[in-house]
Amino acid sequence: MIRFSHVSKEYAKTGPALQDVSFQLGKGEFAFLTGPSGAGKSTILKLLYLEERPSRGEIRVAGLTASSIRGNGVAALRRRLGIVFQDFRLLEDRTAEQNVAFALEVTGARPETIGPKVSRLLTQVGLSSKSNALPRELSGGEQQRVAIARALANDPVVLLADEPTGNLDERATRGVFQLLRDINAAGTAVLMATHDLDLVRRANLRTLEVNRGQLVFDTADGGEGRAGEGA
Amino acid sequence: MRLAFREALDAFRRAPVLSALSITTIAFSLFAFGLFGLVALNIRNALQQVEDRVEIRAFVIDGTGAEAVSAALGDIGAFPEVATVRYVSQFDALARARRELGEFSDVFEEGILPASIEVRLKPGLRDPATVRGISRRIETYDFIDDVRFGEEWVEKLYRLRNIATIAGIALGTVFAIVAVIIIGSTIRMAVLARAREISIMRLVGATDGFIRAPFLIEGFLKGTLGGILALGLAWVTTAILGRFVIVTEFFSPGLALTGILAGALIGLLGSAFSVGRHLSRA
Ligand SMILES: Nc1ncnc2c1ncn2[C@@H]1O[C@H](COP(=O)(O)OP(=O)(O)OP(=O)(O)O)[C@@H](O)[C@H]1O
Ligand SMILES: [Mg+2]
Repeated sequence: MIRFSHVSKEYAKTGPALQDVSFQLGKGEFAFLTGPSGAGKSTILKLLYLEERPSRGEIRVAGLTASSIRGNGVAALRRRLGIVFQDFRLLEDRTAEQNVAFALEVTGARPETIGPKVSRLLTQVGLSSKSNALPRELSGGEQQRVAIARALANDPVVLLADEPTGNLDERATRGVFQLLRDINAAGTAVLMATHDLDLVRRANLRTLEVNRGQLVFDTADGGEGRAGEGA
Repeated sequence: MRLAFREALDAFRRAPVLSALSITTIAFSLFAFGLFGLVALNIRNALQQVEDRVEIRAFVIDGTGAEAVSAALGDIGAFPEVATVRYVSQFDALARARRELGEFSDVFEEGILPASIEVRLKPGLRDPATVRGISRRIETYDFIDDVRFGEEWVEKLYRLRNIATIAGIALGTVFAIVAVIIIGSTIRMAVLARAREISIMRLVGATDGFIRAPFLIEGFLKGTLGGILALGLAWVTTAILGRFVIVTEFFSPGLALTGILAGALIGLLGSAFSVGRHLSRA
């Protein structure tokens, strides 16, 4: 699903952010991405959804070579991904329902399919009763559920989540995390960057740890050291 | 597509003043263009009528022999520019003057009007330069006294038409540039106002074309409205002129449509230009 091969990234302004990072995430797999602030977690996710381009190395996502995609290939790749952020990124002047429908409308879904699909997605994230609420009328956890429903709109094969529970209290965190687990159980690979070490420890799932731009730990390797290509 | 239209219409609602301003400048651009275009059009029509009547009249010195005149008629008739050539004797000239002047016919006496050679040129060859050229050649016969061809006002009309055309193009272009700039800044504001929406569209995989479409439609609609407004203004102007000053010809349907399309094109170009620059930064 995801393969980083010797990927490095240097930002023009701040210099190296990732150095020679290699790892793989299989189909339907779940992995945490952890590490201190500024380690490069968000950068790894940005490279996956083509917000940024690698300086060196090759990235494959969902069957496409992300590092060499141009033009409308970017849009095509993003339709195979779901992306969720700490700050939800909902449109404030639209209801939960409209926010989810938006993702379908702008990717050219057939109009008559949108309504049923939106209500199915909102049911899936447990928000069918609040479909007409505006974001400001929803709690943080509920807003994140709307964002997740939107991320699922185009039936992604990979869900990328950048600190999806960063703004949530513990209860909401557990709810959203469980939702991501359910989504993963249904076959979608999930890569989730997080600071929440408690959550990581309790979950006992594969964890990739980055520090200063390097992959320093991968539980799939069974311990310390850099993740090899065959991981 | 329906969504893109809805968003384009939303843009009007969001920035009504700027939208009205861009439509108005497009309208003025085309109006300036169209007004001078109408002037040129009407002068051209006037010229056509004048040209149809353009005639070179060469007065023959009294007592010139008939053979000399008929030889000259043959020569002149053979010029490629010449359609007809005709000899008007003193008698013919008098008869014509009497006919044309009716009750004043008595003032003319036999012999007071000179005989002349009248030359008409072929259509399309009645412009001042050709007329003057032919006149010069006819003047070289030594039995020709004087050559007249209403030179001055044909030339004046021609000059007027050229001025109208140039003024229309210059003024129209200036307004068109202003229109493109104003449309550009409207689009910039619209892109900024929707920056969040656009970034989410990108994130969920909307194509660039899809993101651009509403802005292009917005520009196209504004341009079309501007074109229609300009046509309306021109029509009102023509109607007022027709009522109080002079009845003039209006654009043909084809030309009117071309004007509206020109507006649409200005709007489209203005937004395409701006959307390309600003979307990449949104
Ligand atoms: N757009 C950018 N331009 C320049 N430098 C950047 C940019 N984004 C990130 N960086 C730099 O790259 C490094 C890694 O940043 P990144 O956002 O990937 O860290 P992170 O692991 O997500 O941190 P956090 O846990 O705080 O979110 C940082 O040093 C940061 O300053
Ligand atoms: Mg980050």
